[in-house]
Amino acid sequence: MITLKINGESHQLDADPQMPLLWAIRDHLNLTGTKYGCGRALCGACTVHIDGEAARSCSVMLGDAAGRDITTIEAIEGPVAEAVVGAWRELNVVQCGYCQSGQIMSAITLLSKNPDPSDEDIDASMEGNLCRCGTYQRIRAAIHRSARNLGGRS
Amino acid sequence: MNRSTGQPASATRRQFLKAAATGAAVFAIGFYLPFGRRARAQGVPQAVETPPPNLFLTIDADNNITLISKYLEMGQGVTTGLATLLAEELEADWSQMHFEFAPNDASVYNNLVFGPVMGTGGSTSMAGSWEQMRKVGAAARSMFVEAAARKWRLPMGELKAEKGHVLHGSGKRASYGELAADAMQLPVPRDAPLKDPADWKLIGKNLPRIDSPDKTDGRATFALDIRRPGTVTAAVAHPPLFGARPTGFDADAAKKLPGVLDAVQIPTGVAVLARDSWSALRGRDLLSVEWDNSNAETRSSEQILADYRRQAEGAGLPAANRGDAAAALGRATQKFSAEFTFPYLAHAPMEPLNCALEMKDGEAHLWAGSQLQSIDERVIAEIMGIGVDRVRIHTLLSGGSFGRRGNPVGDWVAELAQIVKASDSKAPVHLLWSREDDIRGGFYRPAVLHQLEVGLNDEGDISGWQHKVVTQSIFSGTPFEQMMVSDGVDHSSVEGLADTPYQIGDFSVRSFNAESPLPVLWWRSVGHNHTAHVVETTIDALAAMAGADPVEYRLKLLPDARDRETLKLAAGKSGWGGNPGENRGRGIACHRSFGTPVALVADVTVDGDAFQVDKIVAAVHCGVAINPDIVAAQVEGAIGFALSTLLRNEITLENGRVQQSNFHNYVPTRMREMPKVEVHIVPSTDAPTGIGEPGVPPLAPAVGNAIAAATGKRMYRLPFALA
Ligand code: FES
Ligand code: FES
Repeated sequence: MITLKINGESHQLDADPQMPLLWAIRDHLNLTGTKYGCGRALCGACTVHIDGEAARSCSVMLGDAAGRDITTIEAIEGPVAEAVVGAWRELNVVQCGYCQSGQIMSAITLLSKNPDPSDEDIDASMEGNLCRCGTYQRIRAAIHRSARNLGGRS
Repeated sequence: MNRSTGQPASATRRQFLKAAATGAAVFAIGFYLPFGRRARAQGVPQAVETPPPNLFLTIDADNNITLISKYLEMGQGVTTGLATLLAEELEADWSQMHFEFAPNDASVYNNLVFGPVMGTGGSTSMAGSWEQMRKVGAAARSMFVEAAARKWRLPMGELKAEKGHVLHGSGKRASYGELAADAMQLPVPRDAPLKDPADWKLIGKNLPRIDSPDKTDGRATFALDIRRPGTVTAAVAHPPLFGARPTGFDADAAKKLPGVLDAVQIPTGVAVLARDSWSALRGRDLLSVEWDNSNAETRSSEQILADYRRQAEGAGLPAANRGDAAAALGRATQKFSAEFTFPYLAHAPMEPLNCALEMKDGEAHLWAGSQLQSIDERVIAEIMGIGVDRVRIHTLLSGGSFGRRGNPVGDWVAELAQIVKASDSKAPVHLLWSREDDIRGGFYRPAVLHQLEVGLNDEGDISGWQHKVVTQSIFSGTPFEQMMVSDGVDHSSVEGLADTPYQIGDFSVRSFNAESPLPVLWWRSVGHNHTAHVVETTIDALAAMAGADPVEYRLKLLPDARDRETLKLAAGKSGWGGNPGENRGRGIACHRSFGTPVALVADVTVDGDAFQVDKIVAAVHCGVAINPDIVAAQVEGAIGFALSTLLRNEITLENGRVQQSNFHNYVPTRMREMPKVEVHIVPSTDAPTGIGEPGVPPLAPAVGNAIAAATGKRMYRLPFALA
């Protein structure tokens, strides 16, 4: 039995400790907002927060995630998360939307550490999040917009 | 509140719709093959009748209006576009609008451009629904007004519809939701007037995407997210060579895994069925399978190209023939001759292929991001041995497609049906392709070879253009063959070239159909994604040889006002003619596909063998821009998508084996590579034309021409090689 602390709740899972966290989240906990894109930490679609840091859940073993604080897209909250989601909607960022949970999770981590990122900061920290639909220009703009909205609030 | 989850319509809704459709008999019932010869992709259906509004929308007591979308949403914004047309004529408020996907029923939900086929593609959705959806909205509005008029015993002329309500000067007011039951009883007006464009409140506005909220909070349900009780996940060991067949397998190691339930042989490989995705994928990797390679593709990419070149020495088939190209070339004083090559390309949509199938009460239920429901339902019916009317497709949001999810042989759906049949599973089965399956799974954009010779006379005018195209046919042998192939020439192999809008008097294009067991498929913008590069690179080279400005040279050859306006807009907005600076180059390209001309001006910086695209200024003419922000997004996205094919993407074979497997060696465009993109739309009230694909074709030549401007080197191969 593995105890997984996810979105503020503890779950007991009877699963292989080597199973990637991604599949535990999707198949065992039925939280489907976290996506599978490559399974090898190459695309960022599966990004979640582990102890507040963006992490690729496809490449974290369940056993290593046990006991740590995991947050998925379904449970993000707080001013940064609100600013990011709001900016994403204002700027019509999404196309197919499949990569966007991961993009948003990475953007929240970025803005939590760097409240006013430059284009270069954004490119560097969003490097691992691929978008096949090519929404990058809007993602960049939405991160700047979030930063501005957050600045205005504080 | 009833949110737009993109969930498919329920079975009861479907039965209701069926009953309604039969009573109305607006469209011919029945599905037959092959699909008739219809207007090609840019064609717009002729007279559109008004179908009963309740087939395309529902309204609940809380005044939520739900569009029933017959098209798949794969990111192109089609659900927002359709809802806009509907809401405009219905006089609905944008906040009332939601959507769900229509059930598979081509008698009601056919693509009017394709004919008796339910499907999404060819950038046809807005063109094909422009009239239909507005007429539905106008008819429904008139029914609500009439229902209110009867209820209040007032003349219809005194009432007006506004923001989902019917109002009267006396202060009387009723919501559509309140009037719905009465309105439903009224006959459908055949000729409810459409609004004057001057009165549009929603069309032409940058409304927020209807699917945006659910796609930003994890709630959007893609096919991979469908959860049916007791579902079993399947992963398939596919043959390492295209055209190989399984002859036997050993699943002992796989079956030792606790989550693995079963392993079955199917025509396309061996499937492992397991309790969860992880067990299925691991079990699949532990299989050992024997393959019969006797009919397999065993060549390497270079051999295939060499075979193409040998084939091009033959006669080929005439795809275009005007004047006497050979004689005109004989008179030419300068010649441009070139060979262009294009690799196989995978679509690599972000959501890998997957779908779920459940057999229940003699019916097959499919959950999928189905792009060609009329194909998928037939494929399942045939394999499961049931009538097509026993197949229920629950269409779900899809995480991209770029053509991959609309397959004339429905390969992935067929694979799942074969698994269900072979395993006789009573539980729902969800087929999951890994990224490796996707990259190695074939149905690629075919490899292409172009060889051409073009002459110029003393004035710099074209004097003869001879052209050969060697590639695999996409449409031959599919149900769409009659629509796209004539006398052996697959129009999609030469589209954008054989029908180029440039006025070329002495012109010959010959098409050569290459053969391979490797399956090919349309890939965003189909033939245009290679023909545009060849034509626009060549035109640019000709302009240089003629000592002419590339924009002026093109304008001289382009008679159509739409092409001309688009080119001029891009040139004007980019400040064409300026000097972009050292190590930098500026290039232009203009190409019309799916009825929409797109002109791009690219600014690039060249650094040794590497290049960076700094900026793209785009102009498009897509008729009326129903949502200009989505038009812009589609062009931005097309540029981001296509850029990877200039930078590095190629599928290569070594002795038949695909050398790429995942995003480390088939790397899509990354954020830092994305240029700044500026999109300008030619103002127009013409009926809308396509926008999902037309941004792709001009990118390679615009960037290639910019590189040529900076370095003098033309880009004859994709991906580009500057060395
Ligand atoms: S699925 Fe984890 S990074 Fe791609
Ligand atoms: S929005 Fe489709 S992959 Fe990013």
